[in-house]
Amino acid sequence: MANMQCEIVSAEQSLFSGSIQSLSARGTIGELGITPGHAPLLTGINPGVVTLHLEDGSEHLFYASGGFLEVQPGFVTLLADTAIRAEDLDEAQAEEARAAAEKTMDDKNSEADFVSAATIMSESLAQLRTLEELRRRKR
Amino acid sequence: MAVGKEIKNKIGSVQNTQKITSAMQMVAASKMRRTQDKMRQGKPYSERIRGVISHLANSNAEYRHPFMQEREVKRVGFIIVSSDRGLCGGLNVNLFRSVVKQIAECDAKGIECDLGVIGNKAAPFFRSIGGNIVSVMNDVGEAPALADLIGGIRVMLEAYSEGKIDRLYLASNEFENTMTQKPVVRQILPLDPTDDDSYQHRWDYIYEPDARQLIEGLILRFVESQVFQAVVENGACEQAAKMIAMKNATENAAKLIDELQLIYNNARQAAITQEIAEIVSGAAAV
Repeated sequence: MANMQCEIVSAEQSLFSGSIQSLSARGTIGELGITPGHAPLLTGINPGVVTLHLEDGSEHLFYASGGFLEVQPGFVTLLADTAIRAEDLDEAQAEEARAAAEKTMDDKNSEADFVSAATIMSESLAQLRTLEELRRRKR
Repeated sequence: MAVGKEIKNKIGSVQNTQKITSAMQMVAASKMRRTQDKMRQGKPYSERIRGVISHLANSNAEYRHPFMQEREVKRVGFIIVSSDRGLCGGLNVNLFRSVVKQIAECDAKGIECDLGVIGNKAAPFFRSIGGNIVSVMNDVGEAPALADLIGGIRVMLEAYSEGKIDRLYLASNEFENTMTQKPVVRQILPLDPTDDDSYQHRWDYIYEPDARQLIEGLILRFVESQVFQAVVENGACEQAAKMIAMKNATENAAKLIDELQLIYNNARQAAITQEIAEIVSGAAAV
């Protein structure tokens, strides 16, 4: 089966660079699966899991908080705002952030913060989902 | 002995200066390592996004964003990245010189220039030569945050979208190695297509959700990341240049001390000789 090059970079660092068989991510208008030979595509991505399938059949999971995905027939580039390897995610921290955001959103008085709280909420939820996914695969 | 008191004082003061410069050299050396790490971390992102953008500029897009269209140049914008502090050798001066050269070229063609300056050193200089400064961002510090820079970038981008400027350049120092920093003036807008021939055929991306929205977001991110990376890289250049400048200053001070010490020894020897001569001739006279 054909391969393609994949690069995952965030503003802070380069997370992955190498040859993969397919990639799946959450695009702004739905789940995406990219395999070699895909037509050129440019899309935004939502906070969520990014899964890479490597040649040897293993899978790599990443969490990306949003950004852009460029697809060319021979390679994909993921420009993430922030991205973390799934193994490095901190569950306690994500849960805490989710709870804090929920509290802010429930608080009727602080309406100005609603948007940023909603962003934090969706990001921490996506992180928790990534962790769940990781656990499910390990089993 | 009162001989050479002034010279002794002078040696003392040079020694004090030397202590300061060698301390500054060490501080710069340790900061340099940190700023260089920062620069390396950010590099992949800024290089990748530049790649994507240049593919985009090469593609046969159904939607041509204003940022992608060449237009007749009547006025250009410069974003100039300088250091916050001095004592870093010719770093800022070299950069300013290359910018001034570009401005002069524009002037010759009747093109006016707007300047957006980052860092404390650029604003006074370009004000003194009568540049038209539209935005100033001071005190970006050693750990610049993108949030501090966004204001100034917005000013330039808005000026571009409103048609006030027709081209945008970014001037900053490029880090080659510790000894050399090269001033570069790069065009940011309109987007520069790559020279890569493999992308010259007619094609376009599929855009999700919407070409206009997506391209706008991407270009904004691109400009921000380029400016941010330039600021971080300039920070690494500053520390490297400072380290070299301070190293030279320390060496010069050592040389100066040697020379002064020689003069001092000469004077002391002369005084002793004279004293002996006086005693001997005094004894002979008795």
